[in-house]
Amino acid sequence: MRFNIDPQMLWIFYGLLGLLALSSLIGFILSLVIKSESGKATVRNLNARIRAWWKMSGVFALTLLIGPKGSILLFALISFLALREYVSLIRTSPADHRTLFWTFFVFTPLQYWLLYTHWYGLFAVLIPVYAFLFIPLRLVLTGDTAGFLDRAARIHWGLMICVYCISYAPALMILNIPGYRQDAKLLLFLAIVAQLSDVFQYVWGKMLGRRKIAPLISPNKTWEGFLGGIACATALGTSLWWMTPFSPRQAFLMSLLITLLGFAGGLTMSAIKRDRQVKDFGAMIEGHGGILDRMDSICFSAPIFFHLTRYFFER
Amino acid sequence: MQWINCQPDPRQRIYFANHTSHLDFVVLWAVLPKEVRPLVRPVAAKDYWNSGLRQRLAVKVFNAVLVERQTAHGVDGSASRLDAARHSLDALLEALGHTYSLIVFPEGTRGTGEVIGPFKSGIYHLWRQRPDVQFVPVYLSNLNRVLPKGEILPVPIISRVVFGPPLELTAGETKESFLMKAHKAVEGLSGL
Repeated sequence: MRFNIDPQMLWIFYGLLGLLALSSLIGFILSLVIKSESGKATVRNLNARIRAWWKMSGVFALTLLIGPKGSILLFALISFLALREYVSLIRTSPADHRTLFWTFFVFTPLQYWLLYTHWYGLFAVLIPVYAFLFIPLRLVLTGDTAGFLDRAARIHWGLMICVYCISYAPALMILNIPGYRQDAKLLLFLAIVAQLSDVFQYVWGKMLGRRKIAPLISPNKTWEGFLGGIACATALGTSLWWMTPFSPRQAFLMSLLITLLGFAGGLTMSAIKRDRQVKDFGAMIEGHGGILDRMDSICFSAPIFFHLTRYFFER
Repeated sequence: MQWINCQPDPRQRIYFANHTSHLDFVVLWAVLPKEVRPLVRPVAAKDYWNSGLRQRLAVKVFNAVLVERQTAHGVDGSASRLDAARHSLDALLEALGHTYSLIVFPEGTRGTGEVIGPFKSGIYHLWRQRPDVQFVPVYLSNLNRVLPKGEILPVPIISRVVFGPPLELTAGETKESFLMKAHKAVEGLSGL
């Protein structure tokens, strides 16, 4: 393996390392200071989240170092696990079994294989066109028509969100932007802005959260958390303009867009959880819930960020 | 996997669970701690697990006990059915011995996964012979979605195994009350 790391990437890694160390320190101090029972539970959850952030950042950084192959493989795995959480949560009929097998073991790997071979044309239409037509056809062949449209729609929606939308994050690596050494910096930019937006919203919400923004959908989201989080993450994204092909002004607009879409993603995915009466999609990531709970903001921001960058900046 | 008011233990037990998939006993057995596993023998239907590779897998790896099913539709007269049932019971008692535990599926056949079917009486007769053994209810969820009846290829759906507290039984338990308690115990775990 050849380590040829872009110096800008290295700076970002150092920055993240410092941020993680700082949050661990704050978590440790809080665990000493806070005495009330409910406060302690919150701090325990906070520290579990920080530990999970260390692990997630470690895995992500490692795959970035391996190069595009590593990132594509990582996101393929994330999509697979996200789809698993999604399908486990929704209602399916026994007649859906073989169609589900296709989504897990044919469409998911195929989507990422197309990315690996840079076959952008088919990558962009495989799931919205081919899978869209294949799924109802395969369901029809089982002869079971009960709730037919619902079943087809549920399966296709899961494939769109968990595989198609998420695959746009590693797809940022195949963009060809003149005068810009790409590597994985755009992917890193998206991941940092979207994820830190979630973190800032959580922190602001915990500190000042009063007015609930959508009590029926997501009781923990507040106006204070929303505004504070969006503002901080957008400011941070703007300050990272030097690692992107954008000017500071463009970086500001892109960051704002990513954070707003991330919020929309969180809200939409919460609606599914409320409908199915669960708190989280899974229990895979300590303190956070499932993979899909962590990826909901990427699901919505990655495709739009990709297409805007492609439209305005690619040669 | 969850243990509710019950801990893994090498003591003699009958684990009884709802039955929706061929994976059922494999999964239930696999989630037990390593030390307990060699002492737990699944009970499987001879008609399915009796051919070549399947049999070798069942017997060698899981140390399974293969028995004839209690058929609900008695075509061959009730006397021989009773005979077959007694034969199966003897096989189970022998397999249990004084060291082993068993995994049984009292529904006798795989259901759709939506409702737990009525329990066959074999488990009651087992208790009559061996009241010293703990009867532990287990609920398996979603395994029917991983590998439903009649499918070969599994789909990776998240599933759960929930162990409940051992049945509390009194000496004078009738067949009906025993089977009802057992059924309720498994059903009660499904809502958790």
